[in-house]
Amino acid sequence: MSDFKVTIRSRDNNIQVLELKGYLDAHTIPALEDSFQKMLNEKKYRLIVNCKELSYISSAGLGVFMAFIEDVRANDGDIKMSDMSPKVFNIFDLLGFPMLYDIVKLEEEAANKFELKK
Amino acid sequence: MATKQTYKSSLSIPSQTERLNDVREFVSGLARTHGFIEDDINKITIAVDEACTNIIKHGYNYSPDKKIDVEIIRRENDFEIVISDKGKQFDPSAIQTPDMKDYLEHYRRGGLGVYLMKRIMDKVEFNLYSDRNVLRMTKTLH
Repeated sequence: MSDFKVTIRSRDNNIQVLELKGYLDAHTIPALEDSFQKMLNEKKYRLIVNCKELSYISSAGLGVFMAFIEDVRANDGDIKMSDMSPKVFNIFDLLGFPMLYDIVKLEEEAANKFELKK
Repeated sequence: MATKQTYKSSLSIPSQTERLNDVREFVSGLARTHGFIEDDINKITIAVDEACTNIIKHGYNYSPDKKIDVEIIRRENDFEIVISDKGKQFDPSAIQTPDMKDYLEHYRRGGLGVYLMKRIMDKVEFNLYSDRNVLRMTKTLH
């Protein structure tokens, strides 16, 4: 069975970080869907997905980002991604995701891309 | 002239997403042994994951007690994966290559599996028989 876990932590400037760990496939996507839904329910729209410990992603996993990005952006927020391994980035890249998402090297850069909340 | 060796290995799994990891380990282990570089091992693994996910989801409509057969045929220069199922017939002509720009701009979701398989494997072929669907994917060893 695949192992996958999401840990949520808060940063300054009203930013939430979702740390992904393990294997994100058709079996494990509910954990990520639940986390994004929780963010929406709590009206938290400034999201960074830290992929440092994400070992694997299939298109089912990419679909979760597609499912939530519209709602997040409609509320002046964004989903930015950071710390991807080349292996994971390659899949996002093959499908053209860098056109739509901010994918940066480090979480700090992603945080700096959010404007300061007044 | 010496005959080139062909090795075959197979695995059957029930149509459950929790078994995707078993398939990935099976395929990646054999691809590694066959001498592929990590990038290719990852691509082969994902292609097989996408194929099995599609069968579980669309072929068997998440019915958990059906069967998926995965056979790996290793030849000197290539690695062929044959995936068979007895689910709903899959019409390869119905697969449209998505326009990724349009796809992303309109926040579409799903339907990327076949596109990804075709992008990352050297050959992808769907065959429909009266009693089963057979998908053959090949990756060449460079």
